[in-house]
Amino acid sequence: MAKVRGAVVVAKEGCKGCGLCVEACPECVLSLNREVNSRGYHYSYMENPEACIGCANCGVVCPDTCIEIYRVRLQ
Amino acid sequence: MMEIKDIIKPENLVYGKSNLLVDTISHYCPGCTHGVVHKLMAELIDEMGLQEKTVGVAPVGCAVFAYNYIEIDWQEAAHGRAPAVATGIVRLNPGKFVFTYQGDGDLASIGAAEILHACNRGENILVVFINNGIYGMTGGQMAPTSLENMVTSTTPFGRDSERNGYPMKMTELVAQLPGTSYVTRQSAQTAATVRKCKRALKKGIQNVLEKKGTSFVEVVSTCNSGWKMTPVQANKWMEENMFPYYPLGDLKDSKKGESVSKN
Repeated sequence: MAKVRGAVVVAKEGCKGCGLCVEACPECVLSLNREVNSRGYHYSYMENPEACIGCANCGVVCPDTCIEIYRVRLQ
Repeated sequence: MMEIKDIIKPENLVYGKSNLLVDTISHYCPGCTHGVVHKLMAELIDEMGLQEKTVGVAPVGCAVFAYNYIEIDWQEAAHGRAPAVATGIVRLNPGKFVFTYQGDGDLASIGAAEILHACNRGENILVVFINNGIYGMTGGQMAPTSLENMVTSTTPFGRDSERNGYPMKMTELVAQLPGTSYVTRQSAQTAATVRKCKRALKKGIQNVLEKKGTSFVEVVSTCNSGWKMTPVQANKWMEENMFPYYPLGDLKDSKKGESVSKN
């Protein structure tokens, strides 16, 4: 059981579906959605939210700064 | 078991959009390195409290609209002339932090004279040099920094050094000049390199604030549209092909008591 839990919020309309966050994630949390946003991009989403550790790697590499990262330390 | 909605609370936020980044969607292609470097500059200017005293000089090229994305004062320069414009701004306003943000077509080709002379004079500016080895905005033509045998729209059989010359190492050239204080080459394709790049940019800003001379930060970048690859493939291609010719690391660091600026 991980000592930290994280969650990411991807701004759906800001995402251009480049997939860099999917590559950067060490825990394979993110994936590109089959759905598209209003501009036609397959936006990124948490496919496997339980695994997120809130390391912020996805947000750091995101060229469009559309990812917010939250992290809590479990007691 | 903790629910996702219990994690997503303002007090748990560890990373988000910098206050200085405007809430518009940029015109850059998906996966473009410009977005990452814009973000780093916005974060640094915000963290260092420089918003009111920063003047950015935007180039011609893909980053021509940089002034639309970061909330600081900007000046748009003619193609390649950003270092000359920055010289004027910083000489008239010595209290300002002035940086230029240029691509390789702008800095290494049409603006080669301006950058070399600005660096030689040791102007107190930070130069952010985005090197992706291609003219991205105009449709992927060969740039001075294109690698040998690199296929571009003007060299469809690959760049031939007999005919087109050799890829230009601007950072090595600039490091030879006595006016520069901090010359480094970074990249921004993984989380670790982005964080390292941010530290390099921060050091460049500090050197400028301490009036040590010109700081020059090259960021080896991708142009996945121009290279005709996906963003992830482009990052791999960059690691395999660009890094051997453009090795990462600091080329010059005047920190160790070496007097810089105009000698």
